[in-house]
Amino acid sequence: MSELRYEAPDSVASAIKLLAAAGGPTRILAGGTDVIVQMEMDMIDPELLLDIKHIPGLREIKAENGGFRIGATVSGMEMMEHAALCATWPGLIDGVKLIGSIQVKGRATMAGNLCNASPGADSVPPLVTAGAIAHVVGPNGARDVPVEQIPVGPGKTSLTKGEIIESFFLPARARNSGDAYLRFTPRTEMDIAVVGVAVNLTLDTAGVCTAARVAIGAVAPTVLLVKECADALIGTKVDEAAIDKMAAAAAAACRPIDDKRGTKEFRIKMARVLAKRVAQKALERARHVA
Amino acid sequence: MATILEKPGFNPDRQYKIVGTSPVKHDGFDKVTGRAKFAADAFLPGMLIGKVLRSPHPHAVLKSIDISKAAALPGVKAVITRDDFPEIKQGTGAGDMTRIAMAREKVYWEGHPVAAVAATSESIAKKALKLIDVHYEVLPHVIDPVEAMKPDAPILHDYMRTKGAKGPDAEKPTNVVERSVLAICDVDAGFAQADFIVEHTYDTKPMHQGYIELQSCIANYSDDGQVDLWCCTQAPWVYRDRLTEILKIDSSKIRIQQSELGGGFGGKTTFYLEPLSIVLSRKAKCPVKMTLTRSEVLRATGPVSGTQSTIKMGCKKDGTIVAVDSTLIFQTGPYTGSAFTNAPQAMLTRYELKNVRTVSYEVVSNRPKVSSFRAPCVPQVVFGVEDCVSELARKVGMDELDFRLKNAIVEGHKTIYGETFNRIGFVETLEAAKNCDHYKSPVPKGQGRGIATGFWFNRGGETTGTMNLAPDGTVNIILGTADVAGSRMSMSMMAAEEFGIPVDRVRSVLADTNSLGYNRVTAGSRTTFSSGMIVIDSARKIIAELCRRAAKIWNVPEEGVIFEDGHCRPASSNVGNFEPLSMKDIASKTTYTMGAIAGHSEMNVTGAGPGFAVHIVDVEVDKETGLTSVKRYTIVEDAGKAISPLQVEGQFQGAAVQGIGWALNEEYIFGDDGRLQNPGFLDYRMPVASDVPMIDTVIVEVPNPKHPYGLRGVGEVPLTPAMGAIGNAIGNAIGIRPRSLPMTPAKVLALMEAGAKAG
Ligand SMILES: Cc1cc2nc3c(=O)[nH]c(=O)nc-3n(C[C@H](O)[C@H](O)[C@H](O)COP(=O)(O)OP(=O)(O)OC[C@H]3O[C@@H](n4cnc5c(N)ncnc54)[C@H](O)[C@@H]3O)c2cc1C
Repeated sequence: MSELRYEAPDSVASAIKLLAAAGGPTRILAGGTDVIVQMEMDMIDPELLLDIKHIPGLREIKAENGGFRIGATVSGMEMMEHAALCATWPGLIDGVKLIGSIQVKGRATMAGNLCNASPGADSVPPLVTAGAIAHVVGPNGARDVPVEQIPVGPGKTSLTKGEIIESFFLPARARNSGDAYLRFTPRTEMDIAVVGVAVNLTLDTAGVCTAARVAIGAVAPTVLLVKECADALIGTKVDEAAIDKMAAAAAAACRPIDDKRGTKEFRIKMARVLAKRVAQKALERARHVA
Repeated sequence: MATILEKPGFNPDRQYKIVGTSPVKHDGFDKVTGRAKFAADAFLPGMLIGKVLRSPHPHAVLKSIDISKAAALPGVKAVITRDDFPEIKQGTGAGDMTRIAMAREKVYWEGHPVAAVAATSESIAKKALKLIDVHYEVLPHVIDPVEAMKPDAPILHDYMRTKGAKGPDAEKPTNVVERSVLAICDVDAGFAQADFIVEHTYDTKPMHQGYIELQSCIANYSDDGQVDLWCCTQAPWVYRDRLTEILKIDSSKIRIQQSELGGGFGGKTTFYLEPLSIVLSRKAKCPVKMTLTRSEVLRATGPVSGTQSTIKMGCKKDGTIVAVDSTLIFQTGPYTGSAFTNAPQAMLTRYELKNVRTVSYEVVSNRPKVSSFRAPCVPQVVFGVEDCVSELARKVGMDELDFRLKNAIVEGHKTIYGETFNRIGFVETLEAAKNCDHYKSPVPKGQGRGIATGFWFNRGGETTGTMNLAPDGTVNIILGTADVAGSRMSMSMMAAEEFGIPVDRVRSVLADTNSLGYNRVTAGSRTTFSSGMIVIDSARKIIAELCRRAAKIWNVPEEGVIFEDGHCRPASSNVGNFEPLSMKDIASKTTYTMGAIAGHSEMNVTGAGPGFAVHIVDVEVDKETGLTSVKRYTIVEDAGKAISPLQVEGQFQGAAVQGIGWALNEEYIFGDDGRLQNPGFLDYRMPVASDVPMIDTVIVEVPNPKHPYGLRGVGEVPLTPAMGAIGNAIGNAIGIRPRSLPMTPAKVLALMEAGAKAG
């Protein structure tokens, strides 16, 4: 057990420097809703806790190139209170809303949800289907990374020593688009997804699907972005047959494990059920959004 | 001291002023503002922090423990192991208790304490635990009681022989603690008369009591051998006497002060940390504070037993139940003490039965020793009983409540365990259920409705309390029974009722074990009843004394004084024309009369009134996911008399919520290695607020003739029917009755799929 150091730098540059210089394990303290719990349960024993909440400018949601830029320390509740964001990306908000309780969401961030790298993280599938890009800064400069490339396995990310996610970029939205996320849990809240499915799709004026992304959580070491699901929808009117085909592709893509939260078999069944329901919801949203 | 309540009969003509209202609880303000002092809030100067080293193995021989490195760590003030506890023979009550506190020959569950450390900080204590070197010889383990009964199962205790067993196996080492039979008349003859017979096997899981407050205590062992112990407990006197037994310290030297209790539900009737903190404090010569983590609570404290039960029940065409034959298996952890004999007595009591046989087994396995939980061992069996009853009602073609009414036990009838019932309210409760809005409204489309009933004895027992009158006429009550659910307020209300004064002129506090005589554990739904008797008796003694003093002041005979609405008055104008004397008038002048006025009472309280409940539940089951949502829930129950209706409702509602958790999701999940996989509330899935609907309540009041106000207990009855009712509701929603708890989405979905296949 090492002595714990706490730092709260006031710039990204000094944050990077502190992380890069640390000898032992480090954790970024955003909302702390994963980090503090893991420390309490003796799952991690960091040498440095780097609080990024005092860095100016990171706690903002800004319009950018027709899309949005969301800073790393924006909390779940702040996203849910942002009217334009909620109207444009309701599926992402579906995911954020499911994280813990109001109290938990008052602290929890999307960057934390992504970088904790749990396959069951609720904001990640809709973030992936939104095509979000993480802006990563580190000792060797900045890079833009599609969010699905950040987690590489349970608890593991592709970020290298000293790197931080500074913000996320959500691209401009095509007309007639809709996204949605649903998860299955035995309880109504404060639970971990047995399966989570996100669908994001765009229709043309004739109601034909021109673009789609489907992501599934909690059925593999990382959130899966399933091309076969998208292919099942693109070019169709997202009718029952297309949705069934998409749901079958979702079930086929699952590579879950048996664990205390559900058997493989049950998870695959749920993925199929949820895929259908969530596609329907995304479709309704796409039809209503002019 | 003699009691005034020698014959504490119910007075049907009494008009109540305070009883039956629901004033704000006196401990409520501190609880909502965060000022209430729970055990973990206690602090002593020079206090050390204690931590426990726990076995990672569910079953192993404890070969050796080397504490030298830990003891040498700067900041460590004491390290203790089995060598610091007196040797007590295995297989005895005290022998089991000391081994639960600290492992001796073997470890019996993952989380079994093998050493403890007291240090100047928690982090040093944790560091020290890692420096303790323990050698284990790992043995095969067994978690499930049915597995543990098999001939080739790993044996926990070589010395164990089944109590009540006959035949060649009776002399062999076994995991079956006891085989017990309760039989009346002739079940075979009973079944011969049956037109319909049902038989099923049910499986239920051990259930955590779900208290939010983690166990915590501080022990201060002084240089002259006096022990002060602050802890959260439902049983201070029981703790004291058990500590005396296992630590060989005089009872009068151990003073236990109970803190506010952040939930117990039976889980705080057994100690875990207390003996360790006393022994650490003795060795370190400093006070030692210890607090369990949530993970320790789930891994190393006792839930209530899980069961496997097989129940066969038969009835005639007219709906008369003619025979019930059951086999029940109870898991108890590594040591006896599951209170499993409650089950054969209570599982069927509420029905008029002639031919009954119940064979029960208590079985040890490699999990923490079970503890108590609201009506221990009964709800898990009622889960099956009420399925059989409902299925028979359907076969006969009777309304489910009418079927139960037809078989309901009534006053003057003898129960299967030998008691002859005095006035009871089962029929009234069933009728109130029939008349309640929930039962009368149709089952909403797509939902299923379930009905179940339950019974609990309610208890009395040894109880002591004291009441003091202050010079300003206010009243202070000193109680020994723990306040698990607002009982201090109920006591204040009963005293205020007796005196005819406002309830805020009475305050109830909880005594330490040196300040009062023995109080039995706060359990069995006995507290408001038993301590209530003490309070009424003490108040009546004070009233008698007030009259005596008034007689003295007025210089009239004692019979010339009556007490009414907080005042002594002349019994009639013949006595004299005196101004009434208030309690304050008399109490402020006690120096000039005969000194301070107090009432004291100690009784072995008898006459507890049995309680009965009916639960009505509507559920909706998602046909694609198997997810059950509880849509509507009503509890109808006989309280005898609700002292504070709001608190009675709270008891009903809390029990329903616990029942919903037990029914749908709660379960300890073990890996093949015998280690618990869900030691936290994330995966030990207790219901959250949004999982439960508003629980409606109907309080029936059929007075208990043995209590002055007629009250019965309400703490345990309301859990007994819960899982049975929810199971019946799911069964009616999907057409197949689940018979294994928890009824998770995966299990319910599998049932529906199997049903669809079978057509
Ligand atoms: C009671 C409770 C309920 C919960 N329920 C849910 C739920 O329903 N669904 C769900 O998905 N999650 C849930 N969680 C988990 C948690 O709340 C989320 O994962 C949350 O989004 C984490 O965000 P945070 O800001 O608190 O992260 P932190 O705990 O601060 O950090 C988490 C991880 O991310 C890293 N990190 C944080 N910010 C950055 C950054 N900018 N750049 C690089 N790395 C970073 C940290 O180093 C750390 O490893 C729950 C947690 C609790 C306590």
